[in-house]
Amino acid sequence: MISKEDFEAFVERLVKEDHREVVGVQEKGDKFVFDELKAAKDLRLDYDVTILPPKKYFMPQRETLVKYKVKDGHKAVNEITPRIILGIHPYDLEAIRQMDKVFSDTYEDKNYLKKREASVLVGVNIENVSEWCFAGSMGTSTIEEHYDLMLTDIGDKYAIEIGSEKGFELLDEADVMEASEDDISAVKKKKEGVKEKFEKKLDLPPEELPILLERSYGNTDFWKEHSEKCYSCGSCNLVCPTCYCFDVKDFNELTLDEGERIRQWDGCLLEEFAIVAGDENFRENRYQRYRHRFMRKGRYIHDRFGDIACVGCGRCGSHCVPDIADPTEIYNDLKEVTK
Amino acid sequence: MNRHSIYEPENAKILNIREQTEKEKLFEIELESGEPLDHDPGQFVELSIAGVGEAPISITSSPTKEGASFELCVRAVGNVTNALHNLKINDEVGIRGPFGTGFDVEEFKGRDVLFIGGGLGLAPLRSLINYVIDRRDEFGKTAILYGCREPCEILYEDELDQWDEMTNMDLHQTVDRCPEGVCWEGNIGVITTLIPHVDFDPDTTIAAVCGPPIMYRFVMEELKNRNLPDEQVFLSLERRMKCGVGKCGHCQIDGLYTCQEGPVFNYADVKDVEEAL
Ligand SMILES: Cc1cc2nc3c(=O)[nH]c(=O)nc-3n(C[C@H](O)[C@H](O)[C@H](O)COP(=O)(O)OP(=O)(O)OC[C@H]3O[C@@H](n4cnc5c(N)ncnc54)[C@H](O)[C@@H]3O)c2cc1C
Ligand code: SF4
Ligand code: SF4
Ligand code: FES
Repeated sequence: MISKEDFEAFVERLVKEDHREVVGVQEKGDKFVFDELKAAKDLRLDYDVTILPPKKYFMPQRETLVKYKVKDGHKAVNEITPRIILGIHPYDLEAIRQMDKVFSDTYEDKNYLKKREASVLVGVNIENVSEWCFAGSMGTSTIEEHYDLMLTDIGDKYAIEIGSEKGFELLDEADVMEASEDDISAVKKKKEGVKEKFEKKLDLPPEELPILLERSYGNTDFWKEHSEKCYSCGSCNLVCPTCYCFDVKDFNELTLDEGERIRQWDGCLLEEFAIVAGDENFRENRYQRYRHRFMRKGRYIHDRFGDIACVGCGRCGSHCVPDIADPTEIYNDLKEVTK
Repeated sequence: MNRHSIYEPENAKILNIREQTEKEKLFEIELESGEPLDHDPGQFVELSIAGVGEAPISITSSPTKEGASFELCVRAVGNVTNALHNLKINDEVGIRGPFGTGFDVEEFKGRDVLFIGGGLGLAPLRSLINYVIDRRDEFGKTAILYGCREPCEILYEDELDQWDEMTNMDLHQTVDRCPEGVCWEGNIGVITTLIPHVDFDPDTTIAAVCGPPIMYRFVMEELKNRNLPDEQVFLSLERRMKCGVGKCGHCQIDGLYTCQEGPVFNYADVKDVEEAL
């Protein structure tokens, strides 16, 4: 346990004294973002959802993979900033758990994994629910593992759960006290209570998604109808905490004898995503790309890694201008028509 | 691959370049380490040209080839492939790999083998053809069907002659068309017109098929007419690739990753996958 006052002092000390960069959720206009903290008072642990998930710290929108000199060949690069990240909601922690799995499978992606290792994840249980969020239906409104520390707001203090050695060490500098029986039950109540707060809901248990999606793959009319207004803008990919597709490009210095190979986020909704030689596009219709995103979230990743790759954050739905990306609408409709 | 990063290419040197046609060249390459690639027939590498980028290219030489070098047969179509065509002997390139799933040679052993290649599809097939030739007694009868659009596009001409002369190996060639004035005494017609000419036993034969996407549908139909079971057909598919290691997402065929489960697939596994063929 820590009083809110002491917590702010603790964060202030981290900002001033810790050698790592301290990142936290802050207000930006009428929205919230993860950004470097300049002062503890800017931290907003009562936020509803951030524009982008914290994924950007492990897989930046643009990062250098390799530097080359035309004469000396290629050298791997990994630009790592050690960070303490404050205020991650449970659904985003679940997304990070899934990304850790993806990037360590078969070929270890050290560009991602080393950045992950160099960071401390401080979670916070959800105080305010965004109108688009359906974490309650996805089982991601709370999480019992996969964080270093987890905070719960219980009035004038935060309960702190320790999830790892890293988290324990971080607390070294904090004025914490033992939790009482009452504190423990208050946390429990908080976690149970949040499940009821979501307005958006899935009408089926998420475990049924893979089979539902498999059955409806060939329902072309359904996918055409729902994707009719899609601009292929890719926003639903960019804001998603479990989208990780990327493009790779070379950029030369003006001298042309050296440069770097960078990776940047890409999205399967963009038209050029699957074009190959002779300009054959294997997903040339909008509905195919649109369908691919849902298949991937609810079925393909599940078949490969055993996870439903949608954590219910609702970001895709809230960022889609024609309002056709909300997964609850799609899945609920799909259940309706696939009876 | 125990490099610092799965994205870091290893330096390699071009040992030899042989022009094949107007658009294709055969590059013999060796890693700076002097180690062999240690690949399976049908696998590919990511070829890197500093300042231009990377392209997935099938390894066209067999792992049974002598020496540590390997070969790539490359058609100049875009940035990386044209840049490669501009390089000279002793120039450096970068190599990552070998990647993907190649032909499962164990499946082929003890069987008659039917190779069907269209155009540049002969490049990946050649790694398996030469493997079979180098271990001739482990395989049964073989036949190679090879089709191009025009006679000027024919690859590996010297080698085709050698294959033709081998006993126990049947070579059939065709071109879609032959412009006036070009000398061509062989078949004219698409590759499927060759299939009725080969005599094979569907019980003991296994087929390896590589070619442009459009070719597969017709070839499969023809093989089906000859009662070859789907499980006995392997084919190599091409998709856009940005990483080769199952991360970037570009190469997906529905839920399959061409760079991991492929590029060589068993036909039975992909025939009902809508995005595959
Ligand atoms: C597993 C595999 C094996 C291959 N083996 C060979 C081979 O042995 N020899 C050979 O010459 N080519 C091979 N290719 C095709 C080769 O990778 C592409 O031609 C190459 O990537 C084009 O790169 P570029 O930079 O020269 O062209 P770009 O400048 O990138 O583009 C030129 C054109 O090629 C298309 N293209 C881009 N990337 C790919 C891609 N990965 N596959 C197909 N088309 C693409 C573009 O849409 C564009 O139409 C293979 C492809 C795969 C996936
Ligand atoms: S955000 Fe909406 S419009 Fe944009 S690609 Fe996604 S579904 Fe289509
Ligand atoms: S698909 Fe949408 S709701 Fe699901 S995790 Fe991605 S952005 Fe969030
Ligand atoms: S090429 Fe990147 S996932 Fe297959």
